[in-house]
Amino acid sequence: MKISREDVLRVAELAHLELSPDEIDTYRGQLDEILTYVDKLRELDVTSVEPMAQVLFPDRGSQTHAANSHPELREDVLRPSDVSDAVLSGAPDAAKPFFRVPKVIDR
Amino acid sequence: MSASTPWTIAGVRAALESKNVSARELVAEFYSRIEKRNPELNAYLALSPERAFARADRVDAAVARGEALPPLAGVPIAVKDVITTRGVRTTCGSRILETYVPPYDATAVERLEKAGAIVLGKTNCDEFAMGSSTENSAYGPVRNPVAPDRVPGGSSGGSAAAVAAGLAMAALGTDTGGSIRQPGSFCGIPGMMPTYGRVSRYGLVAFASSLDKIGPFAATIADLAAVLAVIAGHDEHDSTSAAVPVTDYVSEIERPIEGLRIGVPEDYFGTGLNPEVKAQVQAGIALLEKLGCQRVPIKMPHTDYAIAAYYIIATAEASSNLARYDGVRFGFRVPGGTLTEMYRKTREHGFGPEVKRRIMLGTYVLSAGYYDAYYLRAQRVRTLITRDFADAFERVDAIITPTSPMPAFRLGEKTSDPLQMYLADIYTVTGSLAGVPGISVPCHRTQCGLPVGMQIFGPHFSESRVLQIARAFEKAGGFAVESGIS
Repeated sequence: MKISREDVLRVAELAHLELSPDEIDTYRGQLDEILTYVDKLRELDVTSVEPMAQVLFPDRGSQTHAANSHPELREDVLRPSDVSDAVLSGAPDAAKPFFRVPKVIDR
Repeated sequence: MSASTPWTIAGVRAALESKNVSARELVAEFYSRIEKRNPELNAYLALSPERAFARADRVDAAVARGEALPPLAGVPIAVKDVITTRGVRTTCGSRILETYVPPYDATAVERLEKAGAIVLGKTNCDEFAMGSSTENSAYGPVRNPVAPDRVPGGSSGGSAAAVAAGLAMAALGTDTGGSIRQPGSFCGIPGMMPTYGRVSRYGLVAFASSLDKIGPFAATIADLAAVLAVIAGHDEHDSTSAAVPVTDYVSEIERPIEGLRIGVPEDYFGTGLNPEVKAQVQAGIALLEKLGCQRVPIKMPHTDYAIAAYYIIATAEASSNLARYDGVRFGFRVPGGTLTEMYRKTREHGFGPEVKRRIMLGTYVLSAGYYDAYYLRAQRVRTLITRDFADAFERVDAIITPTSPMPAFRLGEKTSDPLQMYLADIYTVTGSLAGVPGISVPCHRTQCGLPVGMQIFGPHFSESRVLQIARAFEKAGGFAVESGIS
């Protein structure tokens, strides 16, 4: 068994998910099955292989233009940004110019 | 020519210029088709007629003034609901964004409209693009227009179904692990995942940022090329978009393919592949040989590890990207006594089962003590899979595979077993991890009439070449579908 009920509860807490007892059991079983499957990656010796975090890197394929695909950064200039009303209008509870949330600190 | 005849982008242009039809009439015709078919198919989640007719009137005014028309003038198009549209609700197929109305347009949408295209509405999809059947939408599943008891594939199932049923001439989808190519295959239309960075993702609601791509569906390769040519190119709003020039895909697709070397990886034709799909894709390869391509057997030895690497990387990135849905900034909120309680209740109520499963998996593989064993290892394996492609492309110009190991399955057939559903993505996730362009093109159907898709991969930024092969194949095989299907 790769993952216990306690592991599921710990992960749910990290992910801010409040799972029902049924969900806890279902996810424990399913995650266990998936984690067992992905263990097949252990068959490969990858100690000398660089990890790949993104695609646009100068790789060995000579046909790729990827190496030069981001030649320069744009100029760093100030531009007006007047979006706060539009953004706040999509919020469930806004008190302009703020998002309102339950009290965080009690004293 | 009447508004109800089949349409291509070139046909629309000719009809507008000769005043045989107006953009307004064309848009009205597509809305009337949608009204008839959508209640059954559930392909569209929201329609934007006010915006569409306003755009149509602009096209008609340009025609009346005798102006040169932009490349997609009057072309009715659908947009997957994970792509933002100013003033038009964008739910991502999720309950948590039920009320979200974006204040801005995605760059791809903006470019389409600037080119004269008309956005009809937003299409259904798996919640946050997580799924392979569109059964994970909070707003009900989409039915496959070819076989309504079956799924259209996913996650861009609504976009694929809309084009296949003639409810849009083209559509935007997104592809993270196969979400354009597989539904294209299931619905019998071409669908393309461009190179990572080819199309701006500004306004694409993020699922897995190192893998997400926006791409087109259309009824013909020429139309697919026309849409891609408009949406491709660098965008200052997306630092991951590439500054590689966009060439004239539409005229380039007619170039001959004689002499091209096509790689056929044996690793993609093994156990688990439906025999009818195998036979049709092999017949497709034979047709390409007849057209003068040289078949080269190749090996892609890490293919078998792609699903494991993909589902670790994609879920890890998803768990991070979806942290933003917490009841504070978008959509709805379930009240709670404390901030944490509010987060938890909102997310518990707002996310569906597949999204929660992936958040849990992604959180687990990134958590202390497991990061190296899972996430870092998966990233190293991603390098090996990418090398498989780079090695192959030193010997061949393109790689041909099946798109999916099976034709469209029945609704509900695979929902109880998430791992089995993941495993069916085997032929598409490889190219996703490598970031290369891939297209699914229709082949002949199975005996019971289900579409089969053949996949063509090319090196980074070889969209033009991939489209040429697809066009030659479509032409020789007579596979072009008409977007006026009744």
